[in-house]
Amino acid sequence: MLKRLRHRSPGDIAFAVFLALSCGLILFVTLYPVYFVMIASVSDPTLVATGRVSFWPRGWSWFGYEQIFADSRIWTGYRNTLLYTVAGTALNLLVTLPAAYALSRREFAPRKVLMLFFAFTMFFSGGLIPTYLLYRDLNLLDNWAVFVLPSAVNVFNLIIARAFFENSLPEEIFEAATIDGANYFQFFAKIAIPLSMAIISVIGLYYLVQHWNDFFTGLVFVRTYDRQPLQIVLRDILISNQAFAGGAGGAGGTGGSYAQQYADQIKYGVIVVSTLPIIVLYPFLQRYFEKGVMIGSVKG
Amino acid sequence: MTLIEPTPVKAAGRRSRAATGAGVPPPRGLRRHFRRYWQLWVMAAPAIAFVAVFSYIPMYGIQLAFREFDFTAGLTGGEWVGLKYFRQFFESPQFWTLMRNTVVISVTTLVVGFIAPIALALLVNQVIGRSRKKFLQTATYLPHFISIVVIVGMLQVFLSPTSGLITRFLEGLGLTGVNFLGDPSAFVPVYVISEVWQHCGWNSIIYLAALASVDTQLYEAAKIDGAGRLSIVRHIDLPALIPTMIVLLILNMGGVLNAGFEKIFLMQNPLNLSVSEVISTYVYKIGILSNQFSYATAIGLFNTAINFVFLVVTNQIAKRVANTSLW
Repeated sequence: MLKRLRHRSPGDIAFAVFLALSCGLILFVTLYPVYFVMIASVSDPTLVATGRVSFWPRGWSWFGYEQIFADSRIWTGYRNTLLYTVAGTALNLLVTLPAAYALSRREFAPRKVLMLFFAFTMFFSGGLIPTYLLYRDLNLLDNWAVFVLPSAVNVFNLIIARAFFENSLPEEIFEAATIDGANYFQFFAKIAIPLSMAIISVIGLYYLVQHWNDFFTGLVFVRTYDRQPLQIVLRDILISNQAFAGGAGGAGGTGGSYAQQYADQIKYGVIVVSTLPIIVLYPFLQRYFEKGVMIGSVKG
Repeated sequence: MTLIEPTPVKAAGRRSRAATGAGVPPPRGLRRHFRRYWQLWVMAAPAIAFVAVFSYIPMYGIQLAFREFDFTAGLTGGEWVGLKYFRQFFESPQFWTLMRNTVVISVTTLVVGFIAPIALALLVNQVIGRSRKKFLQTATYLPHFISIVVIVGMLQVFLSPTSGLITRFLEGLGLTGVNFLGDPSAFVPVYVISEVWQHCGWNSIIYLAALASVDTQLYEAAKIDGAGRLSIVRHIDLPALIPTMIVLLILNMGGVLNAGFEKIFLMQNPLNLSVSEVISTYVYKIGILSNQFSYATAIGLFNTAINFVFLVVTNQIAKRVANTSLW
């Protein structure tokens, strides 16, 4: 160790120290808030509020989770979001993949014009009000299909998938299959899809996260509370401070700082319950997400 | 079942009227093209239809900004009123406040949110050891996948004036008595810092990819010339990122006034409204909540038009100066 250090200039040693410190700081700043939410959700709310919980849960309390499990709203939201996410992602893949494949075929002459047709929508849009009126005319307002149909194609994902098909499917396979009598449909279904599971999982995950986190659609286009997705329910509990069944909800609910601590504990619990699926799956999925960005950056 | 011509050359041989030259024969006439490639059209059709309906019809509906909204006429509006609603917006007392708020939030986010991922990528790239690097990357991407509602919820509990974790930490540093969610002067910093916290790691991926493709010979040559690690970063790594930086800058410019509706909307409260009301939240309130459809469409169109101009201008400048552009 010392031997190695002797060969380094003072500047390089300073650089290494600076690097270690800043990386440590970045890690702490990124992960600690998430960790703190988790430990605060199971600690005694009074200890949390007075700052005596920092690195380890203290004075176990399940009050927040008991309240959450007794309240039906979160579970209705969860159910709705699951439904919208599954149906939405299925439609997304069904529409995006064949289109991406067609656009990746060089002999498909209109591909350039069509790419322009798609890409233009990334930079220019009709805006909120014409969109709202269109949904109204199509009877999509307050309809669960509004979570699924309008977002059927995400142009960014379409471009990623097209780039993948273009660069990763060797032309020789296509020629061989064609000689064996395959048409485009057969080639796509039997050869292109099985060879493209990597990109399918990547954009599938992108779509999944997009649906899971969708807050805007519920806010603007849906009125009926029973049809609202999880994110709207979360907004009401976390931000609008709506009271829980147990009466320990809003700061103004039962009044006083005592109630506030319990309200905060419910919030910590709600954050954990609603974010847990992502945190748990994240280490396994992370490399797929990264792959998507890489493929997307090959050809913009 | 229609067979596909295996290769262009064979196609040319079998069909005497196909192009005689080398390469792919250009299909002559639309009917011919459809007959030959109808399957590709079928595959592309649903996506085309969805985009046509859900993106292009609203664009067609933009004319509502120049017309009187008429309930019976719907999307395209009734009588033509020209620039009436634009004039109404420019002359309204809200105009300059909205413009200032939108520009301040957008530009600050753009600048800080553009520099931070580059700095992070340069830093992470210096970390020696594959697994350490991977761990650092995985950790910094994580917040990107937390939903906006949860992020704002976390801000609220952490910045709570009575019991918040961050409030207490800042009090330890001597910053007492600031109610971060109620103080108008704290809104932009809180917004921008939390944006960087959430997206910095994720946005650095693309720069890390660019750094990974730098020729290692350059590093070796620099080391032989006696360059320290800092000067390698400055003279090799940073220049290697410039093309990526330009493309991303142009892309970001196209959304310069699209200051994130959802997060700003969720962070708004009566105390900070004087600095947090931006064009997009105003369009929502005017249009959806108080049903002034034509007026809100005009404001929205004004916003889109500015974005579009920014995009085109940045692209042209980048083309001239750095020979890099989107189109």
